[in-house]
Amino acid sequence: MTKRLLLGVVALVLVIASAYASFYIAPEERTMGVIQRIFYFHVASAWAGFSAFLICFVANLLYVWRRDQKYDWLGVSAAEVGLAFTTIVLITGPIWAHPVWGIWWTWDARLTSTFILWLLYVSYLLLRTLVEEPDRRALLSSLFGIFAFLDVPLVFGAIRWWRTQHPSPVIMGGANSGLEPTMKAVFFFSAFAMHVLMVFLVLERYNVEKMSDEVDVLRRELETA
Amino acid sequence: MGLLSNSATLLGKELRTEFRSRELLTTTIVFILMVVVLFSFTFDPTTAESRRFGPGLLWLAFLFAASLMLQPCFLREQSNDTLSSLRLAVSDPFAIFLAKVGANTLFLMVTELLMLPIFSVLYNVPVLPELPWLILVLFLGSLGISVAGTALSAISAQARMRELLLPLLLLPLLTPVLVASTEVTVGLMDREPIVQWKGIGFLAVFDIVFLTALWLFGEYLLEE
Amino acid sequence: MNSFKLPPTGLRFEKIDKRYGGLYALRRVTFEIAPGECVVLAGRNGSGKTTLLRVASQIVRPTAGTLTFPGTGDGAARSGRPGYVAHTTMVYDELTAEENLIFFAKLQDVAQPVARAEELLHEVGLFERRTSTVRTFSRGMRQRIAIARALIHRPSVLLFDEPATGLDPLGIAWLANSLRELNKAGCTIVMSLHGESEISSLATRAVRLDAGAVVGDTNSGASLRSILNFGGA
Repeated sequence: MTKRLLLGVVALVLVIASAYASFYIAPEERTMGVIQRIFYFHVASAWAGFSAFLICFVANLLYVWRRDQKYDWLGVSAAEVGLAFTTIVLITGPIWAHPVWGIWWTWDARLTSTFILWLLYVSYLLLRTLVEEPDRRALLSSLFGIFAFLDVPLVFGAIRWWRTQHPSPVIMGGANSGLEPTMKAVFFFSAFAMHVLMVFLVLERYNVEKMSDEVDVLRRELETA
Repeated sequence: MGLLSNSATLLGKELRTEFRSRELLTTTIVFILMVVVLFSFTFDPTTAESRRFGPGLLWLAFLFAASLMLQPCFLREQSNDTLSSLRLAVSDPFAIFLAKVGANTLFLMVTELLMLPIFSVLYNVPVLPELPWLILVLFLGSLGISVAGTALSAISAQARMRELLLPLLLLPLLTPVLVASTEVTVGLMDREPIVQWKGIGFLAVFDIVFLTALWLFGEYLLEE
Repeated sequence: MNSFKLPPTGLRFEKIDKRYGGLYALRRVTFEIAPGECVVLAGRNGSGKTTLLRVASQIVRPTAGTLTFPGTGDGAARSGRPGYVAHTTMVYDELTAEENLIFFAKLQDVAQPVARAEELLHEVGLFERRTSTVRTFSRGMRQRIAIARALIHRPSVLLFDEPATGLDPLGIAWLANSLRELNKAGCTIVMSLHGESEISSLATRAVRLDAGAVVGDTNSGASLRSILNFGGA
């Protein structure tokens, strides 16, 4: 078995295990019932997505400094995977909110900030489709990626301070405050599983990008020969 | 040859160009006016509601206007490749950005200050009592919009579909400015006006963070 | 043109690569230009002449390799950036000739910018039109304002990208004369040319590029004519 395949299997096993733990091992929450179990999936995805964006940021910095193509491959891979996880967060949010509070979107601070985060990285990917020359594309998207990531704490800060004045249902209700020990254990296990999955997906995407780039180079050489 | 003297010379050129044609200023003012008027059709502008929603709509109008106004920023340097001659002439490429940020902030503020009395009349919101503070928040907010906008306009000038790309990149990035500026402005336009120091400090932090990022990475934005 | 001798400065290209995507516009370009030489860069369209000149002017950053300006004594330090004349004027259409030159003079810390701008306007024959915006200029006048801008800081190295394009015989004669004077004053000149003309006859050396690589150099014994031979295979 190649290392990549092994990692994929491990990731799959961990995710299944954490799903099992979320449903059968964690105790039922008092007020919200079964639907609360989505919390393990929802918050773990958020953390994995954010870690992916952090990887993207570091890759962007390294590209601007070193100009090695592999940092560009890493950047786009991490951004896409991060976006996928963030999309899961934005979908599971309303799924959780609706049965509990009867509304689909609660303008909860973290969820709203996550939405902006999502928009920023959608823009990052959109920018890439609009620049054709590969080195220019890598440089410009790395620079935008750096600006976008620097913006993230400012987005979260502004929304937390000024957009949660009206009482609104807080979805994650203090993720780390007052979590019963078993719940805490299940949560951290879920987060770990999601991170392993994230790393696996980033590596797979990286390989696809690497091969796609090599094909492009070959094609150009053929065209000019 | 120093950064400041280069920036001053460049700023002079930006201002001279604009005041000669006034095309950016006039189109931006008219655009903001249209947006503000159109917004007023979307809700009932009684005084209470105006005070609550007005400032947000005003800042949104400024944001939209800026995302259009900032497009020519680097595009106009492409027709005769003057960006290359500028890069050759200045000792520090950051001077190019400082000058453009300065010019853009100034243009934005001119249009905003001209809009303020019109806004006050249309929405029945008083602006005179807290004018100095309003000018401060207009400055800090416009500076934030300019810094981010100038940097991103250097990026979008090198991509396709640049007219649509700049707003797409800029608007999510400026969310913190929109939120904080609106909050401070709402506070200032309230029946009992208050100065939200947290918001003012936050805007200053945003400005410093992005100016620093522009200083660190600016030359790469211009690279060929 | 200049009333004093310029500090002699040469150019050295070492293994310059410039890649755009998968295509190499320049491949391991290596050669040296001695101070005071007048060099023609020859080659077909797309051979990399413009890219090499833009690398030499330091507008374009090479993907690999180094560019240096060896000089005698402190020539390298004093010469500053090369003067660069391209296809476009690289000045502002909406400003007057005078305003443009004063602007670029101030940016480069030229002493007495206004006087220097006037001096150059006289030299390129645009003094009468100094208060007209560049937008109103003819092709020949645009070329002259571009040259004035490039000379404003008294560079020791001048780079021209196809300077004769669009000029009538009178313009070409004027250009040839100006280049001759500049070279006599000690300026190192590198120009890319399309065809043989009065201008190519000024050259003391020629280097030929093809597909981004150096394929001929008069320094290695080839004749000027063969390097410049555009019509041949």
